[in-house]
Amino acid sequence: MNMKAEQQYIDLFTQCEALICRHSAEGLNAPRAKAFADFERLGFPTRKQEKYKYTEIGTFFAPDFGLNLNRLEFPVNPYEVFKCDVPNMSTSLYFVINDSFDKHDHPSAQLPEGVLFGSLRELAMQYPDLIKKYYGKLADTSKDGLTAFNTMFAQDGVLMYVPKNVVMEKPIQLVNILRADVNTLSNRRLLIILEEGAQAKLLVCDHAMDNVNFLSTQVTEIFVGENAYFDLYELEETHNSTVRFSQLFVEQQAGSNVLLNGMTLHNGTTRNTTEVQLVGRGAEINLCGMAIADKNEQVDNHTTIDHRVPDCTSNELFKYVLDDQAVGAFAGKVLVREGAQHTSSQQTNRNICATREARMYTQPQLEIYADDVKCSHGATVGQLDENALFYMQQRGIPLKEARLLLMFAFVNEVIDYIRMDALKDRLHRLVEKRFRGELNKCQGCAICK
Amino acid sequence: MLEIKDLHASINGKEILKGINLTVKTGEVHAIMGPNGSGKSTLSNVLVGHPAYEVTKGSVVFDGKDLLAMSPEDRSHEGLFLSFQYPVEIPGVSMVNFMRSAVNEQRKYKGLPALTASEFLKLMRQKREVVELDSKLANRSVNEGFSGGEKKRNEIFQMAMLEPKLSILDETDSGLDIDALRIVAEGVNKLKTPNTSCIVITHYQRLLDYIKPDIVHVLYKGKIVKTAGPELALELEEKGYDWIKKELGE
Repeated sequence: MNMKAEQQYIDLFTQCEALICRHSAEGLNAPRAKAFADFERLGFPTRKQEKYKYTEIGTFFAPDFGLNLNRLEFPVNPYEVFKCDVPNMSTSLYFVINDSFDKHDHPSAQLPEGVLFGSLRELAMQYPDLIKKYYGKLADTSKDGLTAFNTMFAQDGVLMYVPKNVVMEKPIQLVNILRADVNTLSNRRLLIILEEGAQAKLLVCDHAMDNVNFLSTQVTEIFVGENAYFDLYELEETHNSTVRFSQLFVEQQAGSNVLLNGMTLHNGTTRNTTEVQLVGRGAEINLCGMAIADKNEQVDNHTTIDHRVPDCTSNELFKYVLDDQAVGAFAGKVLVREGAQHTSSQQTNRNICATREARMYTQPQLEIYADDVKCSHGATVGQLDENALFYMQQRGIPLKEARLLLMFAFVNEVIDYIRMDALKDRLHRLVEKRFRGELNKCQGCAICK
Repeated sequence: MLEIKDLHASINGKEILKGINLTVKTGEVHAIMGPNGSGKSTLSNVLVGHPAYEVTKGSVVFDGKDLLAMSPEDRSHEGLFLSFQYPVEIPGVSMVNFMRSAVNEQRKYKGLPALTASEFLKLMRQKREVVELDSKLANRSVNEGFSGGEKKRNEIFQMAMLEPKLSILDETDSGLDIDALRIVAEGVNKLKTPNTSCIVITHYQRLLDYIKPDIVHVLYKGKIVKTAGPELALELEEKGYDWIKKELGE
């Protein structure tokens, strides 16, 4: 066991609890003691647990990392130094640096009345009732060591709140920048609430700006009210010394429609856990993702869709392209509870291993306890279609180019799910660059240059 | 234009072509006929460089160059085109992107600048008319969801786009009804010039009613066993292949 890894954080929390709390807010401090007790009991998840069989979490925490518990500010104005790969999208742009919401003025931000978007810590102080009602209600610390860990240490992050029937025309873009001079552990928290009939789109991009080891945990809770629409696009473009552990929890009320699209373009080790609960009739979730990985990159997506009530729809599509010695894992559980009749559920996972050394683990899992449902799933691991490659060569397209076109076509299906045209166009270009090997670090980043 | 000498080729260690000799001159249309399994498709695949086939002996000179030494894409750039018997579906790759890559790669090979987007689309529009290809098809993924006839028309459309010197039509008539056959054949005829040649591989006379061959060959057991004028195709249509087998003493 790696109790050593746990012990240093248990000691740290015991010594620094007061400091952590002082630099956070009451609403975030309230569940810490319980989270601590849960973490002491659970420790980090191990590969012996079915849910974590493809990624050994604890080993990544064993080295020494710095934590910014004092919330020291980095003397960086992200609006000046950072040019995102997804520009000109007419979004309201915000930044989180490591795990602190950036306080600079937001030149492009004009939010509709009643909408809140900002530092979780500050908004928690202004709106304690909102936090009390929602914070930690989906992210159960008693069952998962990582969730408990994040809840213990998280001091800030982002709150997004869209009141009843407010439709946000303009998408919000949130850029997470990892920025540090020493190996750093950051613990981010996102709380997203859409009330009945609200509509919003959020794009979250992850970037790493310095060549040190970054380990970040992120817990996201999303509450989607009746007939609300929400799109979340997560785009990771970090580097090989970055480890990302994300836990995302969604609860959907009747008639709501959610699109989650997680795209890993460049990373080190990534584990994304996504749990969606469909609790109101007629809710629809489109859950998709893709990973393009090479060298020793690892991408592990673990998803659960819980059909608790009748008449809900879930569509799931994940695609991986693995090159060199990259390792991919996808586990997708669809649970159709007793009485959840007229459930429609479709799950697809398709993967390409471009080399003999690349590894893909895929595990579709359907548990159905209702008898009048339409559920399907399929998973494939393969190579590029030889016949298609030759057909293209005969038309004069060189083999290398033909391979690119096929890989591009392969992941395009996931990009096509995007409901923002500007982002779709931009991703087409980014993915092409990625396949051509021109995306070894974040583009347009002044700090890297 | 094309000179094949004593060509032997095998697939998975099994010899299919057992010494083909064939010369196609500029401007000529040759028909290659023969019973199933005689090696017709193998011949076309070997000429375009399909990796599954191994050439064990012989030579092929195309326009003065050693064809067998070239990669499949360079054979295409040099002006060799195969209309596939079974065109491949490529989900997710649009016809536009596919043809733009193909046309511009050919231009790059010839030292010409790439076409601009508007030049390219104009070219697509012009060439679509050759085979009356629906503009909707041009916006779809390559061959995906196309009917048998649409796939074959799409082959001829690509031929129009690439303007090859030598086209090989591998059973382009199979799976076509009479109207589609006429459109495809007329397309091929429109593309014919005194500087281009064509090899038509077929089982039946009916395609040759539209595309008139200058010379007809019979391929049997991996060799060309008979060569004559267009009247040979009519004779085969009437009598089948048995009389040839008898002539060969079988």
